[in-house]
Amino acid sequence: MASNNEPLFRFEDIHVTVEDKKVVKGVSLTINAGEKHAIMGPNGSGKSSLVNALMGHPGYGIARGKIYIRGEDVTGLAPNERAQKGLFLCMQYPVSIPGVTVANFLRTALKSLPDSEARLKTFRKDLKASFKALGIDESFATRYVNDGFSGGEKKRLEILQLALLKPTAAMLDETDSGLDIDALQVVAQGINRFCDENVAVMLVTHYQRILNYVNVDRVHVFMDGKIVKSGGPELALELEERGYDWIENNFLTGTEAV
Amino acid sequence: MNQSRQEKERNYKTHELMNDTDIKKLKNIEKEITQEYKHGWVTDIEEEQIPPGLNEDIIRLISEKKNEPEWMLEWRLHAYRHWLTMKEPNWAAVEYPPIDYQAVSYYAAPKQNKQLKSLDEVDPELLRTYQKLGIPLEEQKILVGVATDMVFDSISVATTFQKELEKLGVIFCSFNEAVHNHPDLVRKYMGSVVSYNDNFFAALNSAVFSDGSFCYIPKGVKCPMDLSTYFRINAMNTGQFERTLLIAEEGSYVSYLEGCSAPMRDENQLHAAVVELIAHDNAEIKYSTIQNWYPGDKKGVGGIYNFVTKRAHCKGKNSKISWTQVETGSSITWKYPGCILEGDNSIGEFYSVAVTNNYQQADTGTKMIHIGKNTRSRIVSKGISAGHGRNTYRGLVKILEGAENAKNFSQCDSLMIGSNCAANTLPTIDVRNSTSTTEHEAYTGKVGEEQLFYLMSRGIPQEEAVSLIVTGFCAGIIKKLPLEFSVEAVRLIEACAAFPDSLG
Repeated sequence: MASNNEPLFRFEDIHVTVEDKKVVKGVSLTINAGEKHAIMGPNGSGKSSLVNALMGHPGYGIARGKIYIRGEDVTGLAPNERAQKGLFLCMQYPVSIPGVTVANFLRTALKSLPDSEARLKTFRKDLKASFKALGIDESFATRYVNDGFSGGEKKRLEILQLALLKPTAAMLDETDSGLDIDALQVVAQGINRFCDENVAVMLVTHYQRILNYVNVDRVHVFMDGKIVKSGGPELALELEERGYDWIENNFLTGTEAV
Repeated sequence: MNQSRQEKERNYKTHELMNDTDIKKLKNIEKEITQEYKHGWVTDIEEEQIPPGLNEDIIRLISEKKNEPEWMLEWRLHAYRHWLTMKEPNWAAVEYPPIDYQAVSYYAAPKQNKQLKSLDEVDPELLRTYQKLGIPLEEQKILVGVATDMVFDSISVATTFQKELEKLGVIFCSFNEAVHNHPDLVRKYMGSVVSYNDNFFAALNSAVFSDGSFCYIPKGVKCPMDLSTYFRINAMNTGQFERTLLIAEEGSYVSYLEGCSAPMRDENQLHAAVVELIAHDNAEIKYSTIQNWYPGDKKGVGGIYNFVTKRAHCKGKNSKISWTQVETGSSITWKYPGCILEGDNSIGEFYSVAVTNNYQQADTGTKMIHIGKNTRSRIVSKGISAGHGRNTYRGLVKILEGAENAKNFSQCDSLMIGSNCAANTLPTIDVRNSTSTTEHEAYTGKVGEEQLFYLMSRGIPQEEAVSLIVTGFCAGIIKKLPLEFSVEAVRLIEACAAFPDSLG
């Protein structure tokens, strides 16, 4: 059962199958409160499949493994129930919901979370503050969710949700992709600001770039559906310098990796 | 098309954003997501019903019951004789077994004293019926100023606020009253927009129509309250055939609302109405409908056949007529509210949301006929299909030779929930001059797995996520409705589209 000593976010031996294809092949990770872990890997290595499966996307079935939030098993739950337990995913490609305003969407989301009553009371104030922190114009609230948004606006809206919904375990999927350097800084500042010592963060990225702005505690190299090497922040720099080939040639064994 | 015009058109079609008040307005509604039809009960009242069948004697009998003048009877008979020569249309994308027109009773009415002097004399059982439907009747208790004409089966049972309106010269009464008290207006305009031989169902209506509403807004008068008619089918084995005739004189304005419901029955009941609107110079008519006839059960048994002819005539220059409809009921809907844009600079608009669930079928759309110069039309249609529902948009935009600089914009979007439903878009555009412009946009999509996942990953339960996507899809249309209608519309749309188990 859940207890205070349990890590905020832990998953064990996760296997993911997409259309009968094994894309994640046994991944385990424990992230404690206040820790930020980076998952780095080349395109097509299965990083996105992992986070989508952890969030409960119906297209990414978990064939084996368990997910725990504060020690509580959430593996069998629907995505909304996982969210209610504190899991959150900053999407790589957030979809648009025409006709639904950002304000309405955020309010509806907040309403479905535990302890929503108190948080709804300060909703307007909190929203304004988050807008300011992320350099977003207030007219954003009346626009339709991701409808006609630029890449940068979409990512800002994701970080805005992170700020307002205050998850326990936050997964960020390629939040840095497609951003210019200014937008990247704003987004990184958002992550630093809103993911404090009470949150466990899993940052999924292809490039080392965002790690110049977000300090992570651990770096895990992800290839061919597995974590193949883990280390401190210096691993990211080494990876940047030597490329994924270096990992492939030195740390991968077996016939699957070519 | 030149640059500035393109720019203008783009602005014209930009989604209007909802402000916070709108959101509150829509979202403060108590959520009543239910699949049950709420208005399916029957009023226990003694009704007089004529035997089934259709012939000249029946028409004479209806005319006699209404104590009609000779000219009215002649008009009916004329229509009937023409109807006999017509064939039921079969081009609509709907399927239903043949209708036996001889098996329908064409007149049913609650028994009551002939002439009512005030609302107090209305049978309390009838008043209760409308109260149960949420239609305010006791004028002194009404907070929202809406004058209502109540049509129960074949007759109008009461009309509120008549005296107040009279002071302004506004005539708002049952069609039958208008035939007696304003024969000149009725004879001048009845059939002028939808002629007795327009189509099979319009001809049938012209022969047997029993009642309906009549509105006349005199020159320069902005009608101070919304006018509305609530249609209720109660008796078994009957059809409802009503006519609405609305005339807006020069420089006048009126907003008119129309609602309807019927009991749940295993048999199909026929509703064939005719609505005619006429706007003179600088007049504006807003016509809003919430159609909630009984849609049949989950297996498609029962429900109303809704075969309706609605047309507006923008007769005068600078006149404007807007149709807004939310169609959630009926087992079959066949209706194409259109505008004849005769006056120069006149504007016709059509905003529609049609929801089909279970085995409902809707073939609906509009006709915009541009005759005058600089006429403009705008069509926004949103079709939502769920279950085994079938939804077809059928539209005609016709720009005649003389309609210089006419402009049309059409947007026809479809949303499908689950994998057993169907959506069709059948637009026809016929342009006969080179100075006019038309634009057509269409979108067809499924309530996507990705959209649902996105909303659910934020904690929103699936059912609520679907309803958010659906109401978002038609937000632009809901905004066009008067407040008291928009609340009802959202409730109906959510109830009708709330079928999480039908998601594929």
